[in-house]
Amino acid sequence: MVTDFPLSNARTADTRSSTLAGVLIGIAVMAAVDEIVFHQLLAWHHFYDRSTPSVALLSDGLLHAAELIILVGGFFWFADLRRRRALSTRLAWGGFLLGAGGFQLFDGLVDHKVLRVHQIRYGVHLVPYDVVWNVAGAVLLLAGAAVVWWARSRDPRDGSR
Amino acid sequence: MTGPSPLAHAGHPADGPSWFPLLPVVLLAGGYLLAAARDPRGWDHRRTAAWLVGCALLAVAVGPLAQLPDDPRGHMAQHLLLGMVAPLGLVLGAPVTLLLRVSPPPVRRAVGRLLRARGAHLIAHPVPAALLSTGGLALVLLTPLYAAAERQPVLHHALHLHYVAAGYLFAWSLAGPDPAPRRPGLAVRVGALLGAAAGHAVLAKYLYAHAGSLPPGLTDRDPEAFRAAAQLMYYGGDLAELLLATALFAAWYNRPAHRRTPGAGATPAPADPASRRS
Repeated sequence: MVTDFPLSNARTADTRSSTLAGVLIGIAVMAAVDEIVFHQLLAWHHFYDRSTPSVALLSDGLLHAAELIILVGGFFWFADLRRRRALSTRLAWGGFLLGAGGFQLFDGLVDHKVLRVHQIRYGVHLVPYDVVWNVAGAVLLLAGAAVVWWARSRDPRDGSR
Repeated sequence: MTGPSPLAHAGHPADGPSWFPLLPVVLLAGGYLLAAARDPRGWDHRRTAAWLVGCALLAVAVGPLAQLPDDPRGHMAQHLLLGMVAPLGLVLGAPVTLLLRVSPPPVRRAVGRLLRARGAHLIAHPVPAALLSTGGLALVLLTPLYAAAERQPVLHHALHLHYVAAGYLFAWSLAGPDPAPRRPGLAVRVGALLGAAAGHAVLAKYLYAHAGSLPPGLTDRDPEAFRAAAQLMYYGGDLAELLLATALFAAWYNRPAHRRTPGAGATPAPADPASRRS
């Protein structure tokens, strides 16, 4: 029987799962922000802009379907780690920032530029929007990496797994 | 604007409202309530509630929604309720478990044989179930089947029955509390849900993009109404996917303690009574 003392929690924390659960929630939250703010509220992006090639339509459908599953799965995984007292909150936060920034960059570079599923906004000069979008993503990603590095170096015992 | 169409299918106010599809729904709800009352061990009220919600959604789809004038949006709302949302409520009602509890031994043996049959394992696998559910919808929207169902009430009702059955099968294969021998692991089930949801979303956008020519075979068409129906399909599909994913992961979260990750010895007994499989 493993004891439930708070001190033992850090030792049993599941480093990898904590980070990954955070990454999943970060990806899903950023995807939801994109969907709700830019598609629904600002209506900058289009539901479907007719220039989308069919391969991109398929990848867009998969990505869209994956986002919801990741959101729900990420939260249940998070809850399961908490229940098992295997959660490292700091690593989960670091993972969250990594996931959010990574998704933002992926959306900005792959969806907007490579696959051209849609653009950030229509009828405007795009460069400043693209720069702000991708720089914001890169900043989040670096912040996430810093938090994960800091959390792991604080408690070297966590780093083994 | 389509105006009054000579092809409006049966069940419309013109030839008097047709309420007969409500009868099986009432029978389903009544039969379940009778069985639940007879359960010697006491049946979980949350299961009863889930079943009744499923029946109520079925009733909305075949009652009031069927009385609306012929409109692609109404058809789409019917499809979403019949094929995706209502079946999840029915599945969470665990009707097979209830049947096993209240029926005499010969019936129980027959159900057991049915559940162990190879054919049942094949169609209750999440991938064939997803193909039957989302693939069936693709068949309706991409072939003249839609136009034919507008003309023939029998085909129309048969399609609705198919939506419910395929939706039930899919929800059961993913997250049903009823016994499901040889149910594949979490990864396969999540993959099937991902594929079905992606297929549904792509189909919705494809319909939106080609609302001028899809579904084929219609004599009078209103592309604007089909575009609106496609958007309803897209966002309604999201809602259904969210509910299915929640049911799937909740079943994983509430899995019996001995099947949790090794080292779960420290796991506190889950406070949530839902974790007990009645």
